[in-house]
Amino acid sequence: MSIVTVQLGQCGNQIGYEVFDTICRDLHNTQGFCCKRENEVYQASCKEHFFNEEKSGVPIARALLIDMEPKVISQTLLKAAHSGRWKYGQHSHFCQKQGSGNNWAYGYSVHGPKHEESIMNLIQKEVEKYDSLRGFSTIMSMAGGTGSGLGAFLTQNLRDAYPNSFIINQIIWPYGTGEVIVQNYNSVLTLSHLYRSSDALLVHENDVVHKICAKLMNIKQISFRDVNQVIAHQLGSVFQPTYSPEDSCQYRRNPLGDLMASLVPHPEFKMLGLRNIPQMSENSLAYTTFAWTGLLKHLRQMLISNAKMEEGIDWQIRPPLSGLPALEKVLPNKEFHFNTSIANLVILRGKDVHSADLGGFKDPALYTSWLQPSDAFSEWRTHRAFNKYEKLAALVSNSQFLLKPLDTIIGKAWNMFASKAYVHQYTKFGIEEEDFLDSFTVLEQVVASYCNL
Amino acid sequence: MAQSVVVQVGQCGNQVGRCFWDLALREHAAVNKKGIYDDSLKNFFRNVDTRRNGDGVDVSKGKICSLKARALLIDMEEGVVNEILQGPLKDIFDSKQLITNVSGSGNNWAVGYKVFGSQYQDQIVEKLRQTAEHCDCLQCFFIIHSMGGGTGSGLGTFILNVLEDEFPEVYRFVTSVFPSGEDDVITSPYNSVLAMKELNEHADCVLPIENESLFDIVSKINQMVTSGKPGTTVKPESLVTLNEGGIKKKLQEKPFDTMNNIVGNLLLNLTSSARFEGSLNMDLNEITMNLVPFPQLHYLVSSLTPLCTLADVNIPPRRLDQMFSDAFSKDHQLIQADPKHSLYLACALLVRGNVQISDLRRNIERLKSSLHFVSWNQEGWKTSLCSVPPVGHSHSLLALANNTCIKPTFIELKKRFTRLYKKKAHLHHYLQVDGMEESCFTEAVSSLSSLIESYNELDVTKGLPVHDPLRLNIVI
Repeated sequence: MSIVTVQLGQCGNQIGYEVFDTICRDLHNTQGFCCKRENEVYQASCKEHFFNEEKSGVPIARALLIDMEPKVISQTLLKAAHSGRWKYGQHSHFCQKQGSGNNWAYGYSVHGPKHEESIMNLIQKEVEKYDSLRGFSTIMSMAGGTGSGLGAFLTQNLRDAYPNSFIINQIIWPYGTGEVIVQNYNSVLTLSHLYRSSDALLVHENDVVHKICAKLMNIKQISFRDVNQVIAHQLGSVFQPTYSPEDSCQYRRNPLGDLMASLVPHPEFKMLGLRNIPQMSENSLAYTTFAWTGLLKHLRQMLISNAKMEEGIDWQIRPPLSGLPALEKVLPNKEFHFNTSIANLVILRGKDVHSADLGGFKDPALYTSWLQPSDAFSEWRTHRAFNKYEKLAALVSNSQFLLKPLDTIIGKAWNMFASKAYVHQYTKFGIEEEDFLDSFTVLEQVVASYCNL
Repeated sequence: MAQSVVVQVGQCGNQVGRCFWDLALREHAAVNKKGIYDDSLKNFFRNVDTRRNGDGVDVSKGKICSLKARALLIDMEEGVVNEILQGPLKDIFDSKQLITNVSGSGNNWAVGYKVFGSQYQDQIVEKLRQTAEHCDCLQCFFIIHSMGGGTGSGLGTFILNVLEDEFPEVYRFVTSVFPSGEDDVITSPYNSVLAMKELNEHADCVLPIENESLFDIVSKINQMVTSGKPGTTVKPESLVTLNEGGIKKKLQEKPFDTMNNIVGNLLLNLTSSARFEGSLNMDLNEITMNLVPFPQLHYLVSSLTPLCTLADVNIPPRRLDQMFSDAFSKDHQLIQADPKHSLYLACALLVRGNVQISDLRRNIERLKSSLHFVSWNQEGWKTSLCSVPPVGHSHSLLALANNTCIKPTFIELKKRFTRLYKKKAHLHHYLQVDGMEESCFTEAVSSLSSLIESYNELDVTKGLPVHDPLRLNIVI
């Protein structure tokens, strides 16, 4: 029943901390909008997934912290310990003295092999603590060197060492305008390698989360902490315990497996996007009430029109009428009209959850022709509320959500590659031009596949 | 945490170095209130228990006993180094870190490189090894020198070669002070061009500095301080302007100190994100990775803002935005160059203090339309956020640009070189040195020409319409 979270690099560790903090706070939330007994079962399930019990009573996060330089890990360990509510294990981290320098090749070809044994030992020790390991969730950015390069190497290793466990990579998609100049190279190399070894890639876009902070949360001076907390909330809304009517009416024992089964029917399609509704600051929460019909109507339109958040949705976009010939092939650089899905999962949490009508998501027009909605659409309903949101809906979607961002990154990386700029930094550590070309090929294939839905 | 070693060579190198160490100590003193030897101090300083026998034992944790700079002080004259050893910084250096001579290099690159190079090679290697042994993870050498003289220029670049041979994995960042037009050393063009060849071939990254620019900046600060405009009082502890004593006094009496402080601050800000924590760290190896798209184009134009802290406590966002705008103005660059009107290959913004990602993004959006970036790097921005501001400031910004605006500096240098070389003026001073031939000169100027040509090729593309290369065609 356990999921091991592997936090990689500065981004992975900073976000990982917020995820466990959010989960822990939700755990102790008395505003569950359900009865005490229900709350207790929820809490027990949550603890089983994410924490180890310790004699001292302070739960220990089921996480490993990995980075090639020490500053971020020290900060993260300290912050967790200070919270008093949870902490990281004493021997759950691995770090070195010098980082990967934003160099994917260095992370993959130098740090990876060099520290392979130590890191895999660390993981093995953690895994041995559990009766049943369900899978791994890695948190990493694509733009840097450690999360991306070492992350790709590690994912391969995990796949080889634990062939029966699920692997989901939480990938942080960098801001379009530079955090790192070579971010497009690093992203292309990361995605192409992960595609081979991972089960699913759940993508969080910095630009989108930033807009959510600005427009929906009304934060004036947005810090990375704000961005990370939104991402943590979104992840929590997916991975916190969900009720499973199939599974003898108790909390789902294998959320990761169920997620994969629902959303990834074909290995060519692994890019998952995430949308949440509603999304607002904690202050506003107390004064707002929502109805499921309104929320779900917006969420459905967000899916159809590929809106990134609940503001500024284009209501003109409609699914194609059934019976008419299929729409012409969508090209990524043309204006998008309709977002075709392969599979969707809607997670509902909170009050009156059983009265919510999800019929709109079962419309066959939303989906590609080779899957029936009964196979393509899944729903998880839980009446214990999450993170003080009286009603919350999360959509995990395997659709054309990420087609445009992916195409954009490939375009920019290709443009840079054509001039051979920065390539010497990669060939220095064993990533040759052919490796770049292989990666481009893999990703162009992914783009073409999603285009042809 | 990785460590860095500073190698200061020649009069200029050592004077700038002295300012750097003074500023570094004061920065750490302001941040490190408990006197614990922490990771950030470890970067530039050893912690030595000098009570124990002779050498003193390195103490890796706990309270600070005695800090020793990770530095080598090299000069072929004794004056400057002696002054340092007798001054307030004497305790952070020890005799094993020095190499001095009495005769000087006579403003002759050949003497510095060939004569003193071979004479002191073993000593240099030995002392470098010792310094490296005190580091558990040596990441970077910072070389500080001037290009126009003999020791800094000649011996300094000789040492650059040694570093590459002995420590090939360790980065070599060079801070080079370029001679100005009215340099009083007649042979400075020869020395500079000969040194440039070495920088081209053996440095990972060069930060050129011109005295003229430093002087202009200092004059500007002087103007701001004495202008008497309301709200423009400079805070006394402002790190940019002084070591000790009053501002006015310093600026008038010792302009070089203030100028050197700017360079010292450059190095501090460059390494701040590696030493201190922040929400988006930037290590030194990330600088070369992001800012050097092709191996020979490793010259970075730098600018520091703000120049001094104004006494108002509340910094409105406009003031913050002004800091970003200033970083791109030609008045704030540390060489005589105008990046705004030339072509950017890459740009890094290292921000310190109470600045968040949204401030950074807002300013990048605002400024990028007025800047020209090369076609294959339209979003060529590398950014970092360090939480610890410099002493006396609430925030600061260091901008590093790989920009073709540096081309005029090199063209000017080549012109001055050619003027002398055509007439073979003073050439005999060089050729009489063992190992020096005319080919050294022709090779050096050829290296410089090829560098200028690379920048020309890029400049030609500026303003041309951009055609994206065709993407791979996938058949399903």
